[in-house]
Amino acid sequence: MGTLPERFAAWFAARGWSPRPHQLALIDAGEAGESVLLVAPTGGGKTLAGFLPSLIELAHTPRPGLHTLYVSPLKALAVDIARNLLAPAEEMGLDVTIETRSGDTPANRRARQREAPPNLLLTTPESLALLLSLPDAGKMFGSLACVVIDEVHALAGTKRGDQLALGLARLATLAPGARRVGLSATVAHPGPLRAYVAPTGRAEDAMLIETKGGAPPQVGMILPDGTLPWAGHMGLFSAPDIYARLRDARTTIVFVNTRAQAELVFDSLWRINDDNLPIAIHHGSLEVAQRRKVEAAMAEGKLRAVVATSSLDLGIDWAGVDQVIQVGAPKGVSRLLQRVGRANHRMDEASRAVLVPANRFEVLECEAAIEGVAAMELDGDPPRPGGLDVLAQHLLLTACAGPFMPDAMYAEVIRAAPYAALGRRDFDDTLRFVEDGGYALASYERWRRLFRDSEGRMHVVNTRVARQARMNLGTIVEAPLIKVRLARGPVLGEIEEYFVNMLVPGDTFMFAGRLLTFLGLRETWAEVRDGGSGTPKVPAYEGGRMPMTTNLADRVRAMLQDPARWHAFPAPVQEWLALQKSRSRLPGRRDLLVETFPRGGRWYLVAYCFEGRQAHQTLGMLMTRRLERFGFGPLGYVATDYVLACWCAHRPTDVARLFEQDMLGDDLEAWMAESSMLRRTFRHVAVIAGMVDRHRPGAERTRRQVTVNTDLIYDVLRKHEPDHILLRATRADAAGGLTDVGRIAGMLDRIGGRVTHMVLSRVSPLAVPVLLEIGRENIHAGAGEDDLLAETEALVAEAMGEADPPPAPPVPAPRPQPRPRRRPIQASLKL
Amino acid sequence: MLDPSGALWWPDRRVLVVSDLHLEKGSAAAVRGRPLPPYDSRATLERLTLLLRRYGPSRVIALGDTFHDDDGPARLAADDRARILRLAGQTAFVWVQGNHDPTPPDLPGDAVNEWVEDGIAFRHDGGVSTPEICGHCHPKAAIETRGKWVSRPCFVTDGRRLMLPAFGAYTGGLDARDRAIAQLFPRGMRVFLLGRDRLYSFPLSRARAAAI
Repeated sequence: MGTLPERFAAWFAARGWSPRPHQLALIDAGEAGESVLLVAPTGGGKTLAGFLPSLIELAHTPRPGLHTLYVSPLKALAVDIARNLLAPAEEMGLDVTIETRSGDTPANRRARQREAPPNLLLTTPESLALLLSLPDAGKMFGSLACVVIDEVHALAGTKRGDQLALGLARLATLAPGARRVGLSATVAHPGPLRAYVAPTGRAEDAMLIETKGGAPPQVGMILPDGTLPWAGHMGLFSAPDIYARLRDARTTIVFVNTRAQAELVFDSLWRINDDNLPIAIHHGSLEVAQRRKVEAAMAEGKLRAVVATSSLDLGIDWAGVDQVIQVGAPKGVSRLLQRVGRANHRMDEASRAVLVPANRFEVLECEAAIEGVAAMELDGDPPRPGGLDVLAQHLLLTACAGPFMPDAMYAEVIRAAPYAALGRRDFDDTLRFVEDGGYALASYERWRRLFRDSEGRMHVVNTRVARQARMNLGTIVEAPLIKVRLARGPVLGEIEEYFVNMLVPGDTFMFAGRLLTFLGLRETWAEVRDGGSGTPKVPAYEGGRMPMTTNLADRVRAMLQDPARWHAFPAPVQEWLALQKSRSRLPGRRDLLVETFPRGGRWYLVAYCFEGRQAHQTLGMLMTRRLERFGFGPLGYVATDYVLACWCAHRPTDVARLFEQDMLGDDLEAWMAESSMLRRTFRHVAVIAGMVDRHRPGAERTRRQVTVNTDLIYDVLRKHEPDHILLRATRADAAGGLTDVGRIAGMLDRIGGRVTHMVLSRVSPLAVPVLLEIGRENIHAGAGEDDLLAETEALVAEAMGEADPPPAPPVPAPRPQPRPRRRPIQASLKL
Repeated sequence: MLDPSGALWWPDRRVLVVSDLHLEKGSAAAVRGRPLPPYDSRATLERLTLLLRRYGPSRVIALGDTFHDDDGPARLAADDRARILRLAGQTAFVWVQGNHDPTPPDLPGDAVNEWVEDGIAFRHDGGVSTPEICGHCHPKAAIETRGKWVSRPCFVTDGRRLMLPAFGAYTGGLDARDRAIAQLFPRGMRVFLLGRDRLYSFPLSRARAAAI
């Protein structure tokens, strides 16, 4: 085991610290020039461990030029860590320069950094990609000795992670000797992360140093007094209990699952905030300045609580946080541990957290998560292959820095772990797309972006293409957003455009912890004023809710099956389960319980799958097609995280056949073709690959859409060139990124035809929650958009007193057809 | 008669009207370094061919912005050009000029600023006089249905003026409630959303229209 040089040892001693074993192990690895993945729980001095070898080396032999590059997914983290490194460097009198670089860095500093780079540069994957696209990248990075990658677990497996992996492969070409240090929180499977960190893309080429956590976290549950709700997932009825706990702790983070829930929980806490406790709100749609203010107030200990979404899952250590409250189902053990770890950021002390379930099923899920945490059973997804859209962006940016040979570039790319299995054909097709679109109809030769010289090297055709490529850089594709701004006041944040389109002036909505009245749409923003009356809407966001992990679902099923373990549950839950047992059956661990019962002139079919809401929605779509084919007359369905309920005109029989594995054959194909999910995926792929321009918030919204709607492109491309590389990339993304089809397949495989069908005369206790969701949730009838339009048309016509919706009118004749004047349309119909 | 494809069919005169074909929008993007699939002209012309086959018009009026820009005709692929020539050989074409393609295309047919037939004016940008048939704005409308909002291109009319949706494969849309469209229909409007096999009709009230 290595030791610290004297200067460093003295510095540690002066603080009463001693170096931890993993910090010393990293010094050894640094001296040996080996790449390392360090897996340690939060609060283990991980970041310092990553930098120690570099600091020691630079202390021993100071030199100009870039020595160590640090990459973090969070800009704020880079800034914070720079501050945390500057202090010890100064105190030890080290001659080391440390700087950050991000989109916020002033232009003059950025220019200077290229001329005379600091020894330690702290940055983000996007800023690194930009630096690598500049012609002087070779000069800047040639002296690089070490790359530190923070929060590897949060990057690997994402498109940002793909981009960084390609950037690291580029760095390995520019600076072949540089070693890598990956820092990761505890994960289920470190293998893929080792491969990600290794310069060769092979796990065995990165040493694994693992530190087990100290004390296991203590997680409890709080239940409201009185009755336990059957349905809902906001957890607002527990606000008094949450508030009581805020009062008893120094600083609390109240984690919730969605931004909408954050607004509502924040609102309910302030309604009862008799002590005027400083409680703040933090989520990804709020204005950056506002978020930074909340974070700073938190760091200074000025806040007693902050209601937050995953926007605070990662980030700066706040020593002061002594309590974490999770409102609503935790959804996964790894996610819960990450959140719990935000309290008591010291490794040897146990973190404390409480879970607040929002309904009965969530009580089961919380209990399962508590058991999962005790057993440290982490969730993990297998690595997915790197995106071809990210590769396309990378190839163009790389050509911007200088010409390359395709063969050498292919060899470089497959050294990045996410692309290790990339076939040459996919690489070549991606490169052809970058060149001129790569269409079978080779009509874009004239407007190519890359050209080959006589030796076969690829060049970018002109500086305009390079400028455009840099403008389009990045892998995060936001839904079209609109800024929310107070009249003659500041910007509060951004909401999705579709939500604004649903508002009419005078409507109220909750945002940024305020009640706002919508005044109207101005050029590029939604103008609002504080206050208002009426029932406020709450903005929801694309992909807001996560599904429960398979591990956790498995634990829930196991608990249900074993009445001996029910004692952990509150009395209402125990009674509920006992009643279910006597009236019907309990869902089994390996079979699938399906109940059918009549109610209100309809037949209900309830399947207890426990595969998460998204998977259930897909299943509901598929099931509707099958019920239709079997002649049961499906009328609609609703999905929760735990259960799928369909209702039909006729009594469903032969239920086992409905759940046969062939479900994923033709029905799935048919569904996929129409799926909005594939269109959404294509939009992301087209933006990242550089086929269409990125939507920029604040950019001038011209009247007619200048940008081309990617849905239209998707339709045309699918019809005329279904095997185009971007469609292949889209399908690969959809298959890999979309877990719901995989989860349905897994479920059908697990039950292997073991369907337990209970024919009941009335609704069972366990089915009550999902039936309550009907009307609360969007009901997805099997109907397509056209059916929905027809239904609404008939409804409007009826309300307007037209017996029949008028047929398409004749050509407006020269004589205007008089139309009866009607009163303005009913408020309930938002037209 | 309004066709769910977004075309207008006038049986008495055997006239078919389409608007805003925006041919070669794909290649226009490619010129600017965005390699959109080059199949938009083909897709648009295929749909137009189907309509011609179904209705057998004696005249086709293209209400302007037939090409996405003035250089569009020069970029047209050889077989797409051949297809237009074939269509123009079967039936008379009227090319109304639009803001995107102010120069008349080198294609057979009449190139005009506006066309008047039976007292009705056919022009690209509406708002001059009524009765009038126009395009230009690419109207679409979003309707709240059970569970979700459905947004589709649409016809807009108040009985005196009819605005056609854009027919081109890559043409997006502008909400019919936007002032640019709503001001042309001060008495309120009725929209006809394009569906798979039929149109769906809804009134859009003046109050709502003015609010945006």
